[in-house]
Amino acid sequence: MLEKALTGGKIYWGWLSLLLVLMAVGGLCYWQQLTQGLTITGMSRDVSWGFYIAQFTFLVGVAASAVMLVIPKYLHHYQKFGKILILGEFNAVAMVILCLLFIVADLGSPQRLMNVILHPTPNSILFWDMVVLNGYLFINILVGWVTLQAERKEVAPPNWIKFFIYLSIPWAVSIHTVTAFLYAGLPGRGYWLTAVLAARFLASAFAAGPAFLILVTYIAKIFTKFDPGKDVLAVLGKTVVYAMSVNIFLFLCEVFTVTYSQIPSHMAHLQYLFFGYHGHGVLVPWMWTAMIMGLSGILILLVPKNRKSDNMLIIGCILVFIGAWIDKGLGMIGGGFVPNPLHEVTEYVPTALELGVSLGIYATGFLVLTVMYKVAIGVKQEVEA
Amino acid sequence: MNTNRRSLLKFAGLAVLGWSVKPALTVFAAGGAGPREAILFASRHGAPTGEKALKAGRWAMVIDTSKMTPEIQKKCIEVCHKTHNVPSIPTKQEIKWLWTAQFSDVFAEQSHPYLEKLTKRPTLTLCNHCDNPPCVRVCPTKATFQREDGIVMMDFHRCIGCRYCMAACPYGSRSFNFQDPRPFIENIDMEFPTRTKGVVEKCEFCAERLAEGHLPACVEVSEGAMAFGDLDDPGSDVRKLLGARYSIRRKPELGTEPCVYYLI
Ligand code: SF4
Ligand code: SF4
Ligand code: SF4
Repeated sequence: MLEKALTGGKIYWGWLSLLLVLMAVGGLCYWQQLTQGLTITGMSRDVSWGFYIAQFTFLVGVAASAVMLVIPKYLHHYQKFGKILILGEFNAVAMVILCLLFIVADLGSPQRLMNVILHPTPNSILFWDMVVLNGYLFINILVGWVTLQAERKEVAPPNWIKFFIYLSIPWAVSIHTVTAFLYAGLPGRGYWLTAVLAARFLASAFAAGPAFLILVTYIAKIFTKFDPGKDVLAVLGKTVVYAMSVNIFLFLCEVFTVTYSQIPSHMAHLQYLFFGYHGHGVLVPWMWTAMIMGLSGILILLVPKNRKSDNMLIIGCILVFIGAWIDKGLGMIGGGFVPNPLHEVTEYVPTALELGVSLGIYATGFLVLTVMYKVAIGVKQEVEA
Repeated sequence: MNTNRRSLLKFAGLAVLGWSVKPALTVFAAGGAGPREAILFASRHGAPTGEKALKAGRWAMVIDTSKMTPEIQKKCIEVCHKTHNVPSIPTKQEIKWLWTAQFSDVFAEQSHPYLEKLTKRPTLTLCNHCDNPPCVRVCPTKATFQREDGIVMMDFHRCIGCRYCMAACPYGSRSFNFQDPRPFIENIDMEFPTRTKGVVEKCEFCAERLAEGHLPACVEVSEGAMAFGDLDDPGSDVRKLLGARYSIRRKPELGTEPCVYYLI
């Protein structure tokens, strides 16, 4: 099937070349990091995780969202999702690859990466994160490939694959839960020390992930003749708006607990994020933007008519997606570290080189995504023809 | 928790959920002396057993804030950073093993504005060698581990630089080598290793000095403002001081059980 990736028009090859160039740029930036160390980043003694770990945290969510297709299709037999299920699974594969790349990029001593396996440490949540991420990658490659092959041969997928399909549901929940546990179990970090963190992560994932899928499907629709049908995307849009509402609700629960209890070590982080703390507040405009985008995304998508209109659906999804990205990709990690345990404020802003590395990683993920989508859509069209 | 329940928990594999696995897990852990390591769980390693070595059931440090002057603090910091090749990096990517911060920040939960003399006072801070250390709990490679005598140590050659321990330490006690530290060390002391870029480091209670029969370097130059000794020994200096004077610890509410005590 892979040969489908080798034929394509000018736009396809142009896009791939662009990605390759970006990957090369990222590679050069990463070379700097390898030789000089993480000193090329904006991270510090106080903010010891930055953009890389934040991207990983966000993308785990986008990966987990594949279950938002698997559940309706396999548990509720909503057959229309069959058309884009494969896109969800391949999307998960690309996103988990991105997560793993971001984790490796963040390591100070990547040459010792294997120590995590050589000295397995089950009391470390990071160990479990490695296990569930790699497991999820494997499950989605397997399921995606086998079902696509069956589709090509126009036969039903083998029965044994059902086991992995059902397994992928709790597994998707696990990847984001375990990622939340990385943060939610740390003493002395008030912003993260909350039991709703895993729930919040899942809610924002089930909003941002399907929103991303809708947008990518529209892109695929523009460049190929692939069309999953309007209702499918409108139904997915409903998932986006409900999940985002739950996300905001959980966030407000957090705000209530923190502000009504008035515990300073928990309040300081919210203060820093939304109003600035002791005169520091690089994230303040971002956080308000995220809030406004998230809320207006909800307002738009809540109206059934809007979900049926291509343009409104696209705008709503863009708003929700960017809102969730700012919240997790910038605020969650930065806000957790500031102020530091000694109430000092050291702010964090990613450097150009750090963003360069991230750009290269994103390009790699999109390359994987493009190639897999090319294959999947190619097969679908071959079958239809 | 009694032993039976503990082994039941262990059996149920609940410890993997991230609870403290500090108690001797004899099933999985190679306990006792020697640097043998548990197959799965972070274990307590034995301390060196050499003839000269100072030994203790539970090492602890006591800092007498009433005797501590800025001059003594400066001396302590200097001697610590010099003997351990701690680089002076002037940016926010700095490395600190022993440093001072304002009393009201070190003890935010335990001070109030009317402790006028105290709140502004510079106070020494360092790794607390917690009895229930979150940094050990989170480390995915066991590069951070705890010895049976309580010292929380680091294996610089094992550390992958994930900095999870930095997120986990609620006292900001750890530093990361964002870059090669050697150009920032004025005179390299050949007696102690320098670190490489990409690993975390912190105070190790001068484990290398204890092994040779010496007290920690900072304690030695502290003119009596610091004491170091065995909490398990009722006759030790630290126990006598803690019995006689009022002492506080940092963020006791977090349950990490710090073993650095501050006399008020
Ligand atoms: S003070 Fe921090 S680094 Fe030291 S033992 Fe406690 S948690 Fe670990
Ligand atoms: S940075 Fe090193 S010591 Fe800290 S948790 Fe990671 S591997 Fe362990
Ligand atoms: S005990 Fe040793 S390593 Fe720790 S602060 Fe004192 S001199 Fe430095």
